[in-house]
Amino acid sequence: MTIEAENKEIEASIRDVAKKMLSEKQVDVIIGYSQGTLPLSSTPIVIRNEEQVDNLIWDNLCYINLARYLAPLMPQLCDSEGNALKIGIVSKGCVGRAVNLLAAEKQIDLDKVKMIGFNCNGNVNRSKIAMEIGEKEILDVSITGNEIIVKGKDWEQNFPYSEYINELCKVCQVKIPSATEATCLGECQQLESINDEFADIDEFEAKSTEEKWDYIKKELEVCTLCYSCRQACPACYCNLCFVDQNKPIWFNKTTEYTDIFTFHLIRSMHLAGRCVACGACSSVCPVGIDLNFITRKLEKIVKTRFNYTSGLNAKTLPPMMNFKMEDAEEFMLEED
Amino acid sequence: MTETVLEKKVEEKWEPKIIAFLCNWCSYAGADLAGVSRIQYPPNIRIVRVPCSGRVNPYFIIKSLTDGWDGVVVSGCHPGDCHYISGNLVARRRFAILKELLEFFGIEPGRVNFMWASAAEGERFAVLIRKATKMVKELGPNTKFQKEW
Repeated sequence: MTIEAENKEIEASIRDVAKKMLSEKQVDVIIGYSQGTLPLSSTPIVIRNEEQVDNLIWDNLCYINLARYLAPLMPQLCDSEGNALKIGIVSKGCVGRAVNLLAAEKQIDLDKVKMIGFNCNGNVNRSKIAMEIGEKEILDVSITGNEIIVKGKDWEQNFPYSEYINELCKVCQVKIPSATEATCLGECQQLESINDEFADIDEFEAKSTEEKWDYIKKELEVCTLCYSCRQACPACYCNLCFVDQNKPIWFNKTTEYTDIFTFHLIRSMHLAGRCVACGACSSVCPVGIDLNFITRKLEKIVKTRFNYTSGLNAKTLPPMMNFKMEDAEEFMLEED
Repeated sequence: MTETVLEKKVEEKWEPKIIAFLCNWCSYAGADLAGVSRIQYPPNIRIVRVPCSGRVNPYFIIKSLTDGWDGVVVSGCHPGDCHYISGNLVARRRFAILKELLEFFGIEPGRVNFMWASAAEGERFAVLIRKATKMVKELGPNTKFQKEW
């Protein structure tokens, strides 16, 4: 089946389930994707009745992780008497993982959330396309057959979808949300663990310290510290981020590379064992930094060290909120 | 720091400066014991006393490196001996990840060392500090990850 046909099928199934949920009053509002106002993008939408269901879409540009809107939005979504509304959320695999993570961290109440699950067919690597197109203005993006067709004034360019898919989607193993049928309508599965090889990360890790430094410095140096990655991240829900705290000032806000490194190091420390590998951070990066390689490294650390994959169920605590007496300590300094 | 100053630093008999975060209940007392017992260890470390190794935020370590320290040592009680029951166990997971991340970002992992030393282990404390100092000395001054302005 072509990607275009798959998208149509997914879109129809989302609308069906959404309609059913709203008509049976299982949920009061549904958070989903709608057509973006700019090419190469989509916009989140909150719908409240059946007439609006046709605004829900699925194409491969729905890169936003909708769970981002759950943790801060949930207290605000109440009826006139102040009772919390039930929320439906259009869930690709990684949104499902993020919902599970937020529930495990007690940020949301799973009784009030219902997922609309489907088998995700991946997202387009926006920055790769934007880089290749360069300074030309994109007016329209559509997916026809297995091709991404990007149109502008007097020009048109085709990209094969299989090559321009997001790097994380290539290795994704949780395409359907991992949840029980009580919380997830539509497609769902219950995953215990996943087998990931991390071949890409092993290759990078085999390099020397100098080579790693040079690569990462080149990659991160262009960072403008706009914090888009933080804003898009479903796991970054702190009321006050360490970069914004000014009593005491934790973080120097210059764009010298040590500050950029510090930001990305500490952010990855905070996300270790919590990152759900949705790739939203690198999708929104305005300078096209490939943050996925940090994401993959974090996944690898928690998988090899603690045999944990985030967001597979809503019960297990992330490893950094937990400890064991017999944790490995081969990195500690010891007498010879 | 300008390059000429750094070169000068290397030419002269350069000694590393290492910041050591020692937990109040074990390692700080261990360092004290090493001193009282007249056990020699390198004077390169500057000690910061913290309530527990779990108090050491990864940011302290990264900040120390960007502020120009050549090495960082964090020391706490042995697992199971923590004054606050599990502070060092929480810290251990944190350090494991920080160490791997630093390595991944291309910062020499030998600059940041974690160790356990109890209040009775003055000798062990001295040995480990010697080892850490030697390691940092071999790596040379921290020029890469130091703030330029």
